[in-house]
Amino acid sequence: MFLLQSPVRLLPEQASTISGEVDALYFYLWGVSAVMTLLVAIVAAFFVIKYRRRAPDEIPRQIAGSMKLETLWSVIPFIIMLTFFGWGLKLYFTMYRMPKDAMEISVVGKQWMWKFQHPTGQREINELHVPIGQKIKLIMTTEDVIHALSIPDFRIKSDVVPGRYTAIWFEATKTGRYHLFCTEYCGTNHSGMGGFVEVMERNEYEAWLSGNLNAVSPIVAGEGHFNSLGCVSCHSAGGAGGRCPTLAGIFGKQQPLADGGNVTVDEAYIRESILNPSAKIVAGYSNIMPTYQGQVSEEQLLQLVSYIKSLSPAASNGIQTTAPARENNPSTGVASPSGQGTTNPDSLRSNPLAPTNPNAEAGRGAGSTRANDAASPGSSRPNSSSSGGNQPRRENQ
Amino acid sequence: MSSINSPFDKPFEQPVDSPGGRMRPVPAERNYLNADYSVRSWLLTKDHKRIALLYLFSVSFFFFIGSIYAMLIRLELLTPKGDLVQAATYNKLFTHHGIIMIFLFLIPSIPAILGNFLVPLMIGAKDLAFPKINLLSWYLYMIGAVIVSSAIMIGGVDTGWYFYVPYSSNFSNTYVTLAGLGIFVLGFSSILTGLNFIVTTHTMRAPGMTWFRLPLFIWSHYATSLIMLLGTPVIAITLLLLVFERTFHVGIFDPTIGGDPVLFQHLFWFYSHPAVYIMLLPGMAIISEIIATFSRKNIFGYKFVAFSSIAIAVFGFLVWGHHLFSSSQSVFAGMIFSFISFAVAVPSAIKVFNWTATLFRGSISYDTPMLYALGYIGLFAIGGLTGLFLASLGMDVHLTDTYFVVAHFHYVMVGGTLLAYLGGIHYWWPKITGRLYPEGWGRFSALIVFVGFNLTFFPQFLLGFLGMPRRYHAYPPEYQVLNVLSSAGASILAIGFTIPLIYLLWSLRYGPKATDDPWMATGLEWRTSSPPPTENFVETPIVTWEAYEFAPQETMKVVGKLTPDDKPDRSSYSGN
Repeated sequence: MFLLQSPVRLLPEQASTISGEVDALYFYLWGVSAVMTLLVAIVAAFFVIKYRRRAPDEIPRQIAGSMKLETLWSVIPFIIMLTFFGWGLKLYFTMYRMPKDAMEISVVGKQWMWKFQHPTGQREINELHVPIGQKIKLIMTTEDVIHALSIPDFRIKSDVVPGRYTAIWFEATKTGRYHLFCTEYCGTNHSGMGGFVEVMERNEYEAWLSGNLNAVSPIVAGEGHFNSLGCVSCHSAGGAGGRCPTLAGIFGKQQPLADGGNVTVDEAYIRESILNPSAKIVAGYSNIMPTYQGQVSEEQLLQLVSYIKSLSPAASNGIQTTAPARENNPSTGVASPSGQGTTNPDSLRSNPLAPTNPNAEAGRGAGSTRANDAASPGSSRPNSSSSGGNQPRRENQ
Repeated sequence: MSSINSPFDKPFEQPVDSPGGRMRPVPAERNYLNADYSVRSWLLTKDHKRIALLYLFSVSFFFFIGSIYAMLIRLELLTPKGDLVQAATYNKLFTHHGIIMIFLFLIPSIPAILGNFLVPLMIGAKDLAFPKINLLSWYLYMIGAVIVSSAIMIGGVDTGWYFYVPYSSNFSNTYVTLAGLGIFVLGFSSILTGLNFIVTTHTMRAPGMTWFRLPLFIWSHYATSLIMLLGTPVIAITLLLLVFERTFHVGIFDPTIGGDPVLFQHLFWFYSHPAVYIMLLPGMAIISEIIATFSRKNIFGYKFVAFSSIAIAVFGFLVWGHHLFSSSQSVFAGMIFSFISFAVAVPSAIKVFNWTATLFRGSISYDTPMLYALGYIGLFAIGGLTGLFLASLGMDVHLTDTYFVVAHFHYVMVGGTLLAYLGGIHYWWPKITGRLYPEGWGRFSALIVFVGFNLTFFPQFLLGFLGMPRRYHAYPPEYQVLNVLSSAGASILAIGFTIPLIYLLWSLRYGPKATDDPWMATGLEWRTSSPPPTENFVETPIVTWEAYEFAPQETMKVVGKLTPDDKPDRSSYSGN
């Protein structure tokens, strides 16, 4: 039982773009810690030996203290600690600021397994195949308790919290198999909730993907749920569905709310609006949507989110909706997310409630009018179904 | 300046010939231990010293229970596969180890045993301000301990000591409610102790015992009491909410019924990080006393050390978010919490530097308490510095929830607090029991503890950096070597803890009788007999000297005459 089954390892692999810098900070911290500890230990040992008691009743001369020394050994450590703080903060920003051009993989944790779905639809459990040299963003949630996804060789980790989406990203720099752990205690088989990340050459990855041809991409799957759950009857994608705000082109933008606030449309907001629609009502609409709590699984939710995101191809460019809306144009019941949303007025029409400038009121009024006008499904549906591909052309109209 | 380098003139052993001389307290035969032998006189005692002993027995008992759990954990981790116990059992082992060590041992250990015994003695009072409440706090501790133990015995808890939701509220089928209620009751014991110390320090100081003449032990315990009083209610509320959610399915923390699981983490750590300082500050209290006594020097920068305790208590309330750097807390919040966490490290560093500086030109002896104190400084330095790794945001992401964290807090809690506790027990053993422990065995076991401790926990830093997660029943085989080292260290550590248990018990009967002041220390607790009489001092002491004023006997009178130079603090005359 005691036989060693593997050679001893003292350092983890450096297999991602950030692992080198994390290690540099680690060794800097150890360097400073070693110097400080040795300094105290050597000085103390020196005093302890040099000033050992030589007579049982001797009383040494008393020394009160020194303001200078106190200041010195408060300020110098603090300055050193500021370097720890600054460097750590910089790395933290790198880890949790998501790159725009990442490949998104959705992750659902559940007792006691990890489920992954690739953008092309392939699913895996407890194994994650990724290409080398490609930024990968993991969008994660859980079906039950809190988990945490950790890949030590990449130096990344994030809790996975029920009811929320969390994200981390990495770019692998070395092919190989790396441990994948759950690091937040999640119940009986916590230590079994892990597996491996397999980093592959690009072409191998393509080959691996093609070995799983009948996969349906999350966007297509999401569109399926969008139709089957009846979302489409109100939120007809690409069009103002009538009683409900359109979903095209909204991702990443600010939506004004009925209670006067604003919300940025992100994964978490979409999720919340599906499960708890009354939480944040978009201004100009009423609280009529039923909850889908219990009717959709976490994976279906992630697919719905993927689909809704796909209706906003411009989202990643950080569109701002500050230009005035062109109101009174009921014909544009069709949304038109575009690649250049800021400059294209049509893109604003796709989001009638977005304006935040003084014209907002007008825009809002127009929005509801337009919504009524577009209530007949016939006018919006055909366009909606052609959502993605048609949009660039609309710019030219 | 005649005092410079002048030897003690038979220090503190003066007969009662001069009116200002040391008072011989009553006939030496009568003391708090032999005042009454009946069981009733122990169970209904209002004497803080007897209550301290009640705590000593019960807390030590739970320390050994908690250690057994630790040994089982280390045995399981000898091999990568989970082969000794089942996963569900292993999860209960570390949960029970954590709950027992934190709530039943570390939090009450130093304050409730040594603090209870020494706070009144050190400030020259007859007892704590509320002796009955003091007894009540021991009963609450016992009730809480019985509830927690029964939860463990009828099936146990498997949530980890931190009870994270929604696992603890909706998923775990173990006795979470019962354990939560037990900890809830234990919290009140802690609150009452804190309250008692604060009121006692304010109102019961002997004449002449001004705030800046207080031993640093008192300053640290005052700071600890502030945290106990202000922080503990939060964990009580949090656990009640958890029990409420678990029992009545009201959505507070569980997202499927409208709650927020991260809210629980905020509430939990709002207490549990300051609780780290409840465990740490009393250890620092002991170290200040030991360093001063065994180097015969006043603590370098007394006021800095005193106020650093208060600073730690105050800043300690503002850093809880550093437990949530990777749990979807906002990046901005992470930044603030990281910064304050570095700030709270400064007062701890100040203490370490001041203790080291105190040794300069001292008269240093190598008695057991001093060995523990020197070990403490080294291990606490490592524990504190590795805390900076975890306060550093980008570093924490990789290290959090790994064995690095386990190693870090064991360096602080075991290398720090537990070593201080053992040092303190040895230091005040003659005062508490009236007997001397065998010095050779003491030094030997201190060495064993130091070696065993480092062997147990240093490999865990390396394991953590490799990525081995906490609370893992089975692990990848490449982590085995370091785990074997750690388990080997744990068995050495176990020997190091068993030896003192044996010789301390032995000394109760066979140890040489202790003098009133075997160390030639300065505190008021040494100015009365060993063991002290029930009323502590025959005559209320009047303090005319500064803290840690090592000086020839003439100036060390228990009942001095206050001169205008003493500028006594009016509040210290409560009795007059």
